[in-house]
This record gives sequence, C-alpha cells and structure tokens, in this order.
Amino acid sequence: MSRRKFDEMSDYDSSRDRKRRRTDAVEIEDRLESLILRVGEKSNLEGLASVLEADINNYKGKILKILSDCAVKMPEKTTIYTTLVGLLNAKNYNFGGEFVDMMAKKLKEALKACMWKTARYVLRFFSDLVNCHICKLRSDMWQEKHIARPYVAFDSILCEALQHNIPPLTLPPHHADNTYPFPWVVFRLFDYTDCPEGPVLPGAHSIERYLIEEHLHNIVKEYHLERKQCAAFLLDFPLKHKIPLEYMIVEVVLAELFHLPGPRYIEICYGSLLIELCKLQPATMPQVLAQAVELLFDRIDTMNVCCFDRFVNWFGYHLSNFQFKWSWDDWLESSQLDPMHPRAKLSYRQRIAEVVPEQFDCFVPPKPEPVYKYANADASDLPGADTAHRLESVVRSKGTSVEVLQALGELPNPLRENDETDPPYNPVQIQVFVQAILHLGAKSFSHAFAGISKFLKVFESIVGNNEEAQILVLREMHEVWDHHQQMMVMLVDKFLRTQIVSCASVANWIFSKEMMPEFTKNYIWEIIHATIRKMNKHVGRLQKEVTDARERRTGNDSDDSSSEDEEQRPRPSEEEIERMEEKLEAAQADQKNLFLIIFQRFIMILSEHLVRCDTDGRDFNTHWYRWTIGRLHQIFMMHNTQVERYSQTLSTLLFTQDLDLHILDAFNQFVALRS
Amino acid sequence: MTASVDLSSYRDQHFKGSRTDQERLLRGTSTLYVGNLSFYTTEEQLYELFGRAGDVKRIVMGLDKFRKTPCGFCFVEYFSRDDSEMCMRYINGTRLDDRIVRTDWDAGFIEGRQYGRGKSGGQVRDEYRTDYDSGRGGYGKIVQQKILPKLP
Repeated sequence: MSRRKFDEMSDYDSSRDRKRRRTDAVEIEDRLESLILRVGEKSNLEGLASVLEADINNYKGKILKILSDCAVKMPEKTTIYTTLVGLLNAKNYNFGGEFVDMMAKKLKEALKACMWKTARYVLRFFSDLVNCHICKLRSDMWQEKHIARPYVAFDSILCEALQHNIPPLTLPPHHADNTYPFPWVVFRLFDYTDCPEGPVLPGAHSIERYLIEEHLHNIVKEYHLERKQCAAFLLDFPLKHKIPLEYMIVEVVLAELFHLPGPRYIEICYGSLLIELCKLQPATMPQVLAQAVELLFDRIDTMNVCCFDRFVNWFGYHLSNFQFKWSWDDWLESSQLDPMHPRAKLSYRQRIAEVVPEQFDCFVPPKPEPVYKYANADASDLPGADTAHRLESVVRSKGTSVEVLQALGELPNPLRENDETDPPYNPVQIQVFVQAILHLGAKSFSHAFAGISKFLKVFESIVGNNEEAQILVLREMHEVWDHHQQMMVMLVDKFLRTQIVSCASVANWIFSKEMMPEFTKNYIWEIIHATIRKMNKHVGRLQKEVTDARERRTGNDSDDSSSEDEEQRPRPSEEEIERMEEKLEAAQADQKNLFLIIFQRFIMILSEHLVRCDTDGRDFNTHWYRWTIGRLHQIFMMHNTQVERYSQTLSTLLFTQDLDLHILDAFNQFVALRS
Repeated sequence: MTASVDLSSYRDQHFKGSRTDQERLLRGTSTLYVGNLSFYTTEEQLYELFGRAGDVKRIVMGLDKFRKTPCGFCFVEYFSRDDSEMCMRYINGTRLDDRIVRTDWDAGFIEGRQYGRGKSGGQVRDEYRTDYDSGRGGYGKIVQQKILPKLP
C-alpha cells in the first residue's frame, strides 16, 4: 500500500493522527522487509508466511516487491524464497498469481535492458516455482541433492495448493544498441574419476555442478580485491563437506583465468589467489593444482592460443613462488617434441638451468647477452666500425647529441647515387648509432633506457618519420639483442613511448621476411599485443579528453561538479575542442591502419603457406599453420571491441569472398560472435 | 581487516614537508617502495614480476651508499595509480627470487633516496639484524664487526 493512498484516506483526520499512521506504516514496512531479507535455512517459514499473509491486504505491493527483489538478488536463497511463496500461494491463491505475473514482468524488463544475469536468475526462480508446485510446466523437474530444499518438508501443504500457469514469456525485440554477452564456454577440467576417495564431484551436466560453480564464482567476484579473504571464503564454502571442494575451486579459478575473450580480472589476481589457497591448504591444494597442470599440458595441442599464453605466464609465475619445484620427470617426453611445439617461457634462465635435469637442455635458451657487431678486431673491416668506436668514447666521456651527430655526419651514405639525390636517411648511420648505443647501455634496462632518452635528438635527426629508417632501427636492435627476448620487448616499448618508431613500423617489421623464423616465438606476440594495446590506450585517452571537454563546455553549472582537489578549469573553446577532435581522428586513422597492416600480413603469409602446400601436395594443417591461425584468432579475440569499429572496412578491403575459406573463416567467426 | 591498499604505519622520517602533505602524497602516489629483496635480484626480474600488475614507468634500484651496489630494496613507479593498487593487492607478500617481498606506498622518488641510510652504506635493518641471510650479505653489519676482529 503506497504512502500516497494513506494520505488521501486521511483527509479527514488530524495532521497528528496522519503523521502517526505514516510512521506506523513505515515501521511495519521496514519490519516486513527485514523479516523477508533475513530469512534463512533455519527460519520458521510457516510462521513467517502466516505473518505475511496477515498483512497481505495492507502491504501487498510492498511484499510483492521485496519478495521479487530477493528472488533475483539472492540466488543462493532461491529455494527458501520459493518455499515462502509456495506457502503464501497455498494460503492466498490470488497473491501467488500476482507474484508470478510480477516475475514475468521482471524477466521482460531484464531482457529489454540486457541485464542477462538478472534474467537468468528470474528463469531459475521460475523453474524452482515449478518444483514448489506453484507453477505448472510440462518438462522434467531438476532433481538434485545438494541444495537445501525446505519445500520438501512442506510437501503435503504445497501439493494441495492450486497451481498457476506461467504467463507466456516473449522475448523483447532486438535493438541496435543492445549488447549481448559473449557465449560462455563452460570450462571443465575434472570429472569424478579425477577426485580421490571422498565426496563425489557432481556430474558435468548436473544442475548442482552449475549452481555450486556459480556460487564459487560469486565469491571470487565479491572478494577479488582481497586475495586472503577470497581464499578463506572459498575454502569455507558452506557445502564443503559434500563436494571435493579443492577440485571445484581450482576449476572455477582456472575457468576465469582462461575465460574468452579475456579474464574478468587481471591474470595475477588469479595467480596470487591460487598461491593463497596453497598456503591455507598445503596438504591438498598443491596436489590438485599439479593434477590440473598435467591435464592442461595434455591438451596443449588443441588449446586456444590466448589460453596457452595465459597458461604459460601463470605457470612460470606459480613455480617461481615455490622455488621451481616440480615433478620434472613426468615431463621428459616433451623433450622429444617437434621444435615448433609450444614451449613454456620462464624468465629465470639461471635458476632453470640449475634446477631442470640435463635432458631438458634443449629447452634452455641461449645466454641473454648482446651481440655487438663492431666488438671484435675483425670487425674493423665493417663500414662504420671506426665511427662506432669513436661514438663509444664520445658517449663515455659524457658527450652530447650534437657531438654524436657530428661523428655520424662523416659516414658516407650508400643510398646516395649521385650528388643530386638526397636520400631520406643514411642506413650506415642508423646501424652504427643503434648498435653502439645499445652496446653501451647493455648492462641493464635502466642503462639502455637512459642511453635512449639522452640521445633522443640523434634518433629524431637520423631516423625521423621515415618508416624504412624506423624498421632498420628495430632490425639492428634485434641483431644486438636476439638472445634476450625480455630486453627486446622492453626496448620496443621504449621506442614506441619515445616515438622513435611508430606502431605501423613495428607491425611491418614483425611481419617482414627477416623476422619470419621468429614468428612462433612468444616475445613476438608480446610485442604485437603490447603495440596494439598502446595504440588503443592512446585513442581511448584522446576520446576521453574530447568527451570531457564537451561535457565541460555544455554542462558548466552542474551540481555534482569536480571534487575539491580539482582546480576550476576554464571552459574549452570550440576551436580547442575541434583541435582535440582532429587529433582523435588522426589517432583513429592510425589505429585502423595498424589493424589493416596486421591483418593484411596475416592473410599474405597464410595464403602463401596454403598455396605452397597445395602445389607441393602437402597437408597444410601443420603445427605452424594451426599456431598461426590461432594467433589470428587471438588478435580478433583480444581486441574485439576496437576491431569491431573497423569491421566494415576489413570485410570490404581484406576479408573478401575470394579469400581462402580457412582464412575467411577466422573473420566470419569474429563477426558471428558479435552479431 | 585492513585493506591491502591501506597505508602502513611507516612514515619516511626524511620526508620534507608536513605529515598531512606526506599522507596526501601517499594516498595519490603511483610509486611503491619494495623491500626484502635479495642483493642479487636483477632489474630484469623486477620488471618481469612487477610488470604483471600493469605498465611499469620505471624502476630505481636501491644502492649501497658507498659501494653503489644493490642493497635489497627498490622503487617501482607505475603510470597509473590503479596499476600500483593492483601491485599492492596481488604482489605484496608474494615471492621474488625465493624471498617474500613487501611493497608499500612511497611519496615519490627524489634523487638521493635510492641510497641506503645505514651507517655502513646499506639499509638500516642490515646494520642491526642478528640472523644470517645469504641473500643480504650474511650477518648484520654490527654482528659482522664483532666477529671479524676475532678471526686470527
């Protein structure tokens, strides 16, 4: 009963009486709300149903609202609320009907607003209403054993009650700006045979498995910011004695880590959570994790590339927290693998070499030392060797960019054909400078970065915006640091940040012929994805600036303006906003260009491979092919929101109908996912 | 229960400014102090681990004031406060090079703060500790001085 109606009725009463009635009403409503909210497994549901039934006439609207809200917001108490509704229905048939109608309305609203989780909970509630004999349905009941079923106790009463028909549930029409969640592939690792003696793991298709998993996922969601609490709550799961808890927890955490397109939280959230779990349950958790790793390792061949990367990253991290102890003997057979086969990346080369048995020597990467072209005596024949050594002494004696440029200026330019032409850059200058500066800064990342920062002017002068020159920089860097993948990743990052090279140059370099042998190595993909992400962040930042500026320009007198810490910024002028928008457009053009380059290169190398296999009569489905197609899928997956923006251009220019079906398929799958 | 991103009770006594200034900086900083490192932990290892929480802007190794060699701590600066909070949540209290590392908010790196403040040049804690820690030069400095003269 709304307070409004109360007022109307009290027209004839004194104001004091009205006030008293209003506060009484509010008190009663609050009490009802609290009673309903706090109901639990041990509550006296019959008693509560009677109390509610007594108030139904006066507070029906409120009770309906509270019950339907609880149904959706507390899915773990679903069966308790359905029982309550069932008992109420038995006492008051009309109330039951109105409740069913309310739930149907809630479902429709949720679907329209794309609130998928709410819709799911409403549907679940409906199905339990069937179990409770409140609704009629023609299919089977979901029989399961674990969840508390209070209505079983009340079966005799509930059976007598009259049932309702579920009103027709029609889906609302699709709107252009509706966003749908990606299909969620259910991640399963274990079946009941994997678990030792003890409580049985619910079957893969059982509703219990699903419900418990959902509850565990909700715990992770609730406590993901505090890993110690999260671990404690997971291990304290209310039904822990009825299920092999550690197995289900590991499955749930790994499911989130491997979720496509991306994990809900950053990867290290799950890594550190698993470590906490191992700390709290040292007798059982590590073994379960070990089992999980073995199962995953068995599936490496068919594992999605994104998941593989995450698995490798996580595994290295996990081991480094446990002194790299592992039962390596079981892994011996992998040393006979095809060299193209994915191998784990572990950055602690030294430790690994010590710890891992000899049979794994083939996996130990070469010592991460730089290769300096002008280092030894026989190098003095190389063009520019003298200048390189001169540069070293200039830099060591704290020389400036000007002095460096002077030294470089003396180098002849092989690109200059005669006195007329003025080549855009001098390749020998670039070779000498890049090699020398990286050699001088070889001691650590800090040294390398300091060197690059100090001589930015030199880079600007001899490289500039010329893409070929930029690619040459990357090539020389690769020559020097081929054995130190982490260094290369860091250097490319630094070059991008200081704008020595552009994202497009990086993409073109990675896909160039010289880099093809490196193509399957992890660091290549780290670089590509980092480059794309950097570009995306840049565009995102500019976008935000424009939106903020527009808001500041239009909504200047808003009440909820900036906090005390922010200074009052002047309103941006229309010209300023236009300039920002121009910058944004330019950045978006760069972003589109980057994706075009990457996809075009993929198409080229994949097509080449398919054609060559066709002419040679070989099967195209090699490790390399599967790997490369996987990497293509990964680009779509990881950057789907941004790629989507340009999907029209992509389908017109690149992913056209005449393309080989296997390659076109990757694009079509991506489009299907978002349609 | 303390949240993992809360300020600890430590306040740098050498900080130039008021307590309120200091706390304001600590609540907005993206720089973290990292302690209990081994003397042999490399910058690479630090980038590898701390890079997992977000993009690292820079790492400054803590150095012995006289020897200019790593003395078991460093500063890690992220580009964003959010990323540094991830670090406090997920890296603080985990292992690096087999040692449990401790991360804490830092008001910001200033030239000079990369040096140990112990009398012997390293960190203060390495002056007074009495245990043997092979990753941090063995015994504490004072204990070492007591032992060494006794050798024939």
